[in-house]
Amino acid sequence: MKKVVFNNKLLPLLLLAPQLIVTAIFFLWPAGQAVWQSFLREDAFGLKTEFIGLGNYKALFKSPEYLNSFSVTLIFTVSVTVVTMVFALLMAVAVDRLIKSEKVYTTLLIWPYAVAPAVAGILWWFIFNPSIGILPYVLRQLGINFNWIFDPTDAMIFVVIASAWSRISYSFLFFIAGLQSIPASLREAAAIDGAGPVKRFFTITLPLLSPTTFFLMVVNLVYALFETFAVIDATTLGGPAQSTNILVYKVYQDGFIGQNLGSSAAQSVILMAIVILLTVIQFRFVEKKVAY
Amino acid sequence: MVENRPFLNVLAHLVLIVGVAIVALPVWVALVASTHASNDFLGGVVPMWFGDQAWENYSRMLNSGISTSGMPPVGWMMLNSLIMALGIAVGKIAISVLSAFAIVYFRFPFRMVAFWIIFSTLMLPVEVRIVPTFQVVADLGMLNTYPGLIVPLIASATATFLFRQVFLTMPDELTEAARIDGAGPLKFFWDILLPLSRTNIAALFVIMFIYGWNQYLWPLLITTGSDMYTIVAGIKRMSTVADTDPQWNYIMATAVLAMLPPLLVVIFMQRLFVKGLVETEK
Repeated sequence: MKKVVFNNKLLPLLLLAPQLIVTAIFFLWPAGQAVWQSFLREDAFGLKTEFIGLGNYKALFKSPEYLNSFSVTLIFTVSVTVVTMVFALLMAVAVDRLIKSEKVYTTLLIWPYAVAPAVAGILWWFIFNPSIGILPYVLRQLGINFNWIFDPTDAMIFVVIASAWSRISYSFLFFIAGLQSIPASLREAAAIDGAGPVKRFFTITLPLLSPTTFFLMVVNLVYALFETFAVIDATTLGGPAQSTNILVYKVYQDGFIGQNLGSSAAQSVILMAIVILLTVIQFRFVEKKVAY
Repeated sequence: MVENRPFLNVLAHLVLIVGVAIVALPVWVALVASTHASNDFLGGVVPMWFGDQAWENYSRMLNSGISTSGMPPVGWMMLNSLIMALGIAVGKIAISVLSAFAIVYFRFPFRMVAFWIIFSTLMLPVEVRIVPTFQVVADLGMLNTYPGLIVPLIASATATFLFRQVFLTMPDELTEAARIDGAGPLKFFWDILLPLSRTNIAALFVIMFIYGWNQYLWPLLITTGSDMYTIVAGIKRMSTVADTDPQWNYIMATAVLAMLPPLLVVIFMQRLFVKGLVETEK
């Protein structure tokens, strides 16, 4: 909080105006619309709308497709988050050990951040292409038939890898920052007490990294829930047999392709509730972190 | 390091080399594929070493594109992406720096209300309010326009919070001195605050440029005329057409071109990029 401030009543409002106007028109108004539409039912031609209260929500939670989308999303987001973080932590711990070559490896590992999720999807699509892709070819030599176009499990593995790939660099950077803020004296003391590297990792490094880990967990969950839309749309389109139809993709499918506005709006509202929850958790945590 | 264990160092190098190889694999395959002729993909597996069609493929994509699919040249789509990315980066920074200044340096009624309205943008990603936002933009007649691509995405709570943090660390004496010297708020903002924040602005610019360049869903929805396509959204349209007649060499050349600008930004601005990333999320 600043002690010295300027005295002016109109100027701050003018300074805030651009951001507030954009937020009101493109964020709050559409969000309000989504809430309102979620209580309405529109006929197929958009001629008649009728207020049906919670009808859309009730229909959603009775729909096997929507419930399926929920469990698909759960498997997907948890897998993406775990794959990303385990890989990133492994790399960060290795880099942290090699102070001399740290810069080289960091540069070699952070660039996937720059690759758009949609492009990452296309790249992995090519690699996993059942007829000409390199990975199915290698797997065939091992006697495994990998075909994400027909097999739901293979499709899930494929979208998880494609989504986690472009995210590793981000978690990696935060793990590096976290590792470097752990005082060397702590590890030295433990080493003198005779704790080996593995023991030190699990008793000192990992607990001290827990704030970073928690933060990354929330941020990566948000990523996997929302920003992976591009990966799905560029590759599986939610298939085969709904096996990769995550919630965000279903909102789009039902709204734009199915033209079922009421249901799509209700799904939007449910998603908003999930983001609000995750954002609040994240901020609670950030406040704590600041208080260190 | 705590103690010298050559074995662990070798292991660390090994882990990292394997890790870098895994991370680099898709881009390697794309680079290789983009240098072959279309019929090299017809039988068997993708080639793992470069072909001799690089010049032909890239110049064809940049200048004319795959004309049969009604796609504009990739060069044109890249120009659209550039306009969108620059617009979003500049727009986000401009409106956030102003609002952060207002929130930190003034006391006025509704200050907290304004703060919460800005905060709300964090909770409303475009993906969750997609249908109604599209309707708003359509009603405003902004489909297929650059403002339509840019303006709905420029509100940013994270950028506002970052500048708020930066401004809060500026010493009060600075403001005091400026006021004694008779500088008004705008002069203080322009002559003192902005120059002192320039590394933060630059770091944020790097992040926001990448964010803007990599946008997918929004440009896919609101650009229906092919002359407005951005490259990241365009490449998907290209690959959908390719389902019937896979022209992997062209798709991969386009993918490489789509990755190139943000990749160069990350590699050459690494220091600023890392600073911006770690700070915006704090």
